[in-house]
Parts: sequence; C-alpha cells; structure tokens
Amino acid sequence: MRKRQDRFYSPGRRRIGDLMFSLSNTPIDTDALKRLVNTPEAGAYVAFEGRVRENNEGKKVTALEYEAYEELAVKEGKKILQEARKLDILKAHCVHRTGPLKIGELAVIVVVSSAHRKEAFQACEFIINEIKKRVPIWKRESYADGSTAWVNCAHGHDAEHAHGREERGQLKTTECGHDHIAKGARS
Amino acid sequence: MSTSTIKTVRVDYFALLKEQRGLASESLQTECSTVLELYEELQKRYGFSLRHTSIAVALNDEFADWSRVLCESDKIVFIPPVAGG
Repeated sequence: MRKRQDRFYSPGRRRIGDLMFSLSNTPIDTDALKRLVNTPEAGAYVAFEGRVRENNEGKKVTALEYEAYEELAVKEGKKILQEARKLDILKAHCVHRTGPLKIGELAVIVVVSSAHRKEAFQACEFIINEIKKRVPIWKRESYADGSTAWVNCAHGHDAEHAHGREERGQLKTTECGHDHIAKGARS
Repeated sequence: MSTSTIKTVRVDYFALLKEQRGLASESLQTECSTVLELYEELQKRYGFSLRHTSIAVALNDEFADWSRVLCESDKIVFIPPVAGG
C-alpha cells in the first residue's frame, strides 16, 4: 500500500473545477468530460455510464423522465464529490440528465481520474452509489401497458427513504477492461 | 400548537407530490409551527399517499429535521424517495 500523498490534500493546490457536479437537460458530451479529468498526474481514468434500460421489474419501459430539485441536487452532488476526495483521487466530474430520455440514452455519467486504478474504481462506485441514495432526482417511467410510475414512490408508502435502482451500467478504464457494475445501491 | 402566529411560506412540490397536489409551487399561510405539522396538514388536505417517514424535507434549500420551526418566508420542499442514477 502506498502512503497517502498529502500533496493532493493541500488546499492551495487543488484548483476549482477539479470536482464538478451538474444537471443537463440536453445530451451529455462524454468526450468533453473525459478531457476535463485528464491530467498528467493521472495514471487511471474510470467512468460509469448509467443508461436507460428497456425494462424495470418485469415491465417494458417505453419512455422515461427525470425531474430534479436543482438547487439542492447540485449542492448534494458537490458534497458527494468532496467526500470522494478522501479516496485520493485527482479529479471527479458527474453530470445527470433531466427531462425526457429515450431507451439506451445516457442518464448519468461519473468520471474520475487518479494516480492508480484502485482509487478511481472505488471513487467512481462511491459517487454513483451516493448519488442514487441522496441526490433529489426523481424518475418517472412510462410502460408499454400505458401506465406510468414514479420509481420508488409507487408502492410501499411506508418504506424508508428508498434507494435508487440499478441502471444498466458500464464502467471503463484505461488500465483494465473489466465490467464493474456498481454494487450496493439497491436498498 | 405551540404558537398561533400566522406565517406565509412557500412550498415546492416534485415528482409524485407535484402530481398529487396538481401544481409545482404555492405560497400559503399557515399556523403550523414545524415542518412536520405542515406536511401532515397538507397531506390531509391534498391526500398525499406518502407518509412523512418515507420522505425527507428541505428548508431553504438544505436538508432539515422534521422538528424545524417554520419562519416567515421560509421555502419548504418535501422530498419523495429519490431515484436518480
């Protein structure tokens, strides 16, 4: 195990823009995001892309819409990225879509760079899990049978504050081609 | 009710609550003293299906406890179970 590199923690060193959380009502430019986390110190880059899946709990999904409480969503998203800094990463950005989305479309992307791959994998998984749990964003699904539902709100009115469901996930890295779908987000 | 002062507050609704209320935001006068009292009053009035134990609440764009006391011009947002990602 290498030692924590304190130079990454000095407040003067970290530039504004190394951590960014935002919402977008238009398609996400993934290449631009990947360039933003590029830095000569980074030996690893990991991205999680959550996409709109065509089914949920056995029902065929035909359309989907995200709604966000923007002021608090951005605040909470930034807080999560700040928390991820403890994992010794260099840069982390996340963009979440709002509005209507089609099947297969990118709903959320988390990109992380770090000196070595372990920290980038861990931070990427931490960030997406916390976003699903804490950020005030809601998903309304329309189904092939004509019904609609706000996911996690429809049944179990007594359920504790529910966690998000898993999207079909893709995780990529320049060091390792494994498919690491984020675990532990399901309540 | 600990105080009977009438306050004007703003309430924003999202997702299922917006659907059940039929609007996204309203300004209302209330004698409720805490955010919990306010939710329970609105739940009764508009038939919200979610109990307060399933949701969270934000006061002036920060997560808050249900026991927080309401003040004039406060902005309250009730937060149904989230489903981002």
